[in-house]
Amino acid sequence: MIGRDLLCIDDLTREEIGTILETAEHMREVAARDVKKVPTLRGRTIVNLFFEASTRTATSFEIAGKRLSADVVNFSTRSSSLSKAESILDTARTIDAMDPDAVVVRHNVAGVPKRIADVLEVPVINAGDGAHAHPTQALLDLFTVQKEKGRIDGLTVAIVGDIAHSRVARSNIAGFQKMGAEVRVAAPPTMIPAGVEALGVKAYPSVREALDGVDVVMMLRIQLERFAGALFPSIREYSATFGLDREKLRYARDDAIVMHPGPVNRGVELSHDLADRRPSVILDQVRNGVALRMAVLYLFSGRPPGQSALDGNSGGD
Amino acid sequence: MERFILKGGRVLDPASGYDGVADLRVEYGRVAAIGADLPVEDAEVMDVSSQWVTPAFVDIHTHLREPGQEYKEDIASGGRSAVAGGFGTIACMANTEPVNDDPSVTDFILDRARQDSPARVHPIAAATKGLKGEVMTEMVALVEAGAVAFSDDGKTIMDTGVARRVMEYSRLVQVPVIVHAEDRTLVGDGVVNEGSVSTRLGLPGNPGLAEAVHVSRDIQLAELTGAHVHIAHVSTGAAVEMVRVARERGIRVTAEVTPHHLALTDEATLGFDTNTKMAPPLRGQADMEACRAGLADGTIDCIATDHAPHAVHEKDVDFCEAPNGILGFETALPVVLDLVRTQEMAPLELVRRLTEAPARIISRPCGTLAIGAAADIAVFDPDRRWVYDPAKGYSKSQNSPWAGQELTGRVTYTFVDGRLVFDVERGVLAP
Ligand SMILES: [Zn+2]
Repeated sequence: MIGRDLLCIDDLTREEIGTILETAEHMREVAARDVKKVPTLRGRTIVNLFFEASTRTATSFEIAGKRLSADVVNFSTRSSSLSKAESILDTARTIDAMDPDAVVVRHNVAGVPKRIADVLEVPVINAGDGAHAHPTQALLDLFTVQKEKGRIDGLTVAIVGDIAHSRVARSNIAGFQKMGAEVRVAAPPTMIPAGVEALGVKAYPSVREALDGVDVVMMLRIQLERFAGALFPSIREYSATFGLDREKLRYARDDAIVMHPGPVNRGVELSHDLADRRPSVILDQVRNGVALRMAVLYLFSGRPPGQSALDGNSGGD
Repeated sequence: MERFILKGGRVLDPASGYDGVADLRVEYGRVAAIGADLPVEDAEVMDVSSQWVTPAFVDIHTHLREPGQEYKEDIASGGRSAVAGGFGTIACMANTEPVNDDPSVTDFILDRARQDSPARVHPIAAATKGLKGEVMTEMVALVEAGAVAFSDDGKTIMDTGVARRVMEYSRLVQVPVIVHAEDRTLVGDGVVNEGSVSTRLGLPGNPGLAEAVHVSRDIQLAELTGAHVHIAHVSTGAAVEMVRVARERGIRVTAEVTPHHLALTDEATLGFDTNTKMAPPLRGQADMEACRAGLADGTIDCIATDHAPHAVHEKDVDFCEAPNGILGFETALPVVLDLVRTQEMAPLELVRRLTEAPARIISRPCGTLAIGAAADIAVFDPDRRWVYDPAKGYSKSQNSPWAGQELTGRVTYTFVDGRLVFDVERGVLAP
């Protein structure tokens, strides 16, 4: 994977996803140490290019880079001149001039990381582009499920919420299917994208039906500012019909877990008690996110395979 | 060259139905004779054997960007690009700055064209002032100034009451109202065809329904008002079908299709190339096939390129931000010749869609090789392969999805008024 781009889940084989998840497991051990840092990427520069405000993902990548001892440079719309309509070529050239070893890109329009990757030689990691893809989120969700369930193959996953506008949904659909799980989606018809069958999922108009017997329930964040009143009549009606509470959760398997990419609209997608307590694993997702992103940075921009991710001496500079 | 003979080409003249190997003689800018082994006498002879000789093409949907956006294109560069693609006559849309909603702008465009353009240029005036969809333009004065049609093009008139009055009033001047049929409330923020591709890409979809709904409305308005309504750049099977039915019922509706909607589908967008972004968007396979069939059976009258230059820096932004449209002139012929290669269309019929049919829509006496007609002629080699490089083309812009691709079919000569204005070996010869 070294030197390659990670733009969407389709860039990865099932075996490669397995490797990433195994590496993330090692990275978690680093997080458990007193000194949460290894010299693996010392002397390397990782540029975080965030065209869209996202404290969580940006922070997660930053911590991941720093725990690997990389120099992390953050560019965001606020701290630089990057504007909505800046030439992609100009942006890429600016970044290239910093001679980075990897570039992490987030943009609110689908396709921008791909266009930057087309220009740059160095690996580009997509940290979320519009409603297109968010591969590291899907990988950390796979990692979390793997740890919880011991497997992914053969599980059934229900994704509930605004599928049409969700990159998390698209990448998770692709990721879970690739690892052998069955994926269902549930949303009001206004939030199901045209030709959803192209994604290989069945769409349910009812949460209870969609949850019937599932192992994993993944709730999506609703963009209230953009869509309340446009794609659904009111928050109250949305949470009553598509919000998850313990009553609806009873339709899932007894040992089902609840996931959410965060931040949660409490009382909208998830009832308060579910947001905080088992079977929800939301905080584990956040924690696993750092380990998973360490694995991705290591595998895509780090040393050649055969050298331990955790052994700084053989990692060299 | 006051007298010359194009010798031994395959002459195709849809207006007369002629299709055969012949010589074509031009005298003093007019077609003088067509026949086998014409006597040379004092004429110069150009050997065009194994090439096709047709009327110069006519494009009734172009954006020349002058006045106001000369960094994208101007009438000189647009005219040069046109003749390099075999076009002798082009009609330009009104979305300039200022908008062509006043006879002074129409005059300006025509003046410029006379000085700078090797192709004939006919302005299309705005249907409403400022393209705002509110107040109709002075159609009588604009037609007297030289406007050949009215259109707000991409600024579709959404107010059905205004659209009705525009169409009623247009009967006074007997020129077509050209409609960019997209219901903007259904387009929303859509940037690619709504369907499996938009879903996979996560880009906002623009449904084919937006076109169908609007075509339906405007066909009903055409029936009510008796106006000649011309549907621009048809992209869906539903629209083709509605036009077909309307014409069977005798409603005055004509239609055009672009080369890109005949040749590309939304799959071309999968790499997020903004040179595949246009309005209406590239559709799915079934819609593309319906457009091809509609062109072949004559439901769609003509091919129009919707030549829409945009500067490199304007297209080199994110997909939602990028402007709509692509270059059209220099790639049109090789792209549409595919319909002949696949035998979906007879050569004479394809040439008709590029010449006589669009000329008829704007009531201009071009697009024919009739004896005595102005010698506007395209000569091309339908089998010649070449690699298209927009940087080496004549437009000021480079926004083409065919950049760097090998195309089959190349224009070798273009004549306007009997004057050689393009020679593939020597390039565009000054206007
Ligand atoms: Zn248009």
